[in-house]
Amino acid sequence: MPHDHADDAPPHSLLPPDPELRVKALETLLTRKGLIDPAALDEIIETYAHKVGPRNGAAVVARAWIDPDFRKRLLKDATAAVAEMGFTGRQGEHVVAVENTPEQHNMVVCTLCSCYPWPLLGIPPGWYKSDAYRARAVREPRKVLADFGLTLPEGQRVRVWDSTAEVRYLVLPMRPVGTEGLDESALAALVSRDAMIGTALAEAPT
Amino acid sequence: MTEPVFEAPWHAQAFALAVSLEAGGAFTWPEWTQTFGAVLAQHGLSKELDGGDDYFVAWVAALERICTEKGIAGAEDLRALRAAWEDAYTATPHGESVRIG
Repeated sequence: MPHDHADDAPPHSLLPPDPELRVKALETLLTRKGLIDPAALDEIIETYAHKVGPRNGAAVVARAWIDPDFRKRLLKDATAAVAEMGFTGRQGEHVVAVENTPEQHNMVVCTLCSCYPWPLLGIPPGWYKSDAYRARAVREPRKVLADFGLTLPEGQRVRVWDSTAEVRYLVLPMRPVGTEGLDESALAALVSRDAMIGTALAEAPT
Repeated sequence: MTEPVFEAPWHAQAFALAVSLEAGGAFTWPEWTQTFGAVLAQHGLSKELDGGDDYFVAWVAALERICTEKGIAGAEDLRALRAAWEDAYTATPHGESVRIG
């Protein structure tokens, strides 16, 4: 009988998949060598799973929309400008903000791997890390944008920025019409993660 | 719309290992992206990577590669520890915490 195998052997713990066992091997070895500290790993995970995310970037965009001087500083030296708001840290050492205009829409990719401005957007979504996006964003950006449901006017050119370990890009979307009366936090709520990667626009207020 | 940042705990663990090693000076982030990019390209030859589980499988392979290339982890040691963890999971009754000696 196929279900009788457990009679003589009690069920053991579920065997994790191969890569998980390899992660455990790495962690064990590096901990024994004193090269990593498991508590520090937990802190890193907590930070990126729960604390750092696209709300940071959205706050930056909203500030740029209402404060022309900040916008100028952001476009001149984004790393320094976002540091004013307290957004610093790993993978945010050299951030460049690229501004959408009626003439030019910007979108960001990392063709090498998945470079991304962590302090502003958190950890990238699966599609940003997929071969399909990484290969197609440069080759056929308008088709990729169409897959995201975004069709741009023909007269607006698309510029694709390739992030690297040295330079990470943040798209500054255009401020939607009809948002004149909104305050900074209401404006930030209109700015999605995808709008700051350039695969969406800032949403119109509802 | 809140997708989890990490789909599996081992994804998070692997991510944190690379971040922590870079912070400790074991390698620089440009070195990491070169190694990781090369592994992604290799893994992408046999199938199109979807950016989910397969992305972190490549991440783990890149960690092993950069750690062995930098001489901070021996490939033999890693194989032995992986086997020790597998044995521990197989030998530990369900519900008890799994440890290796």
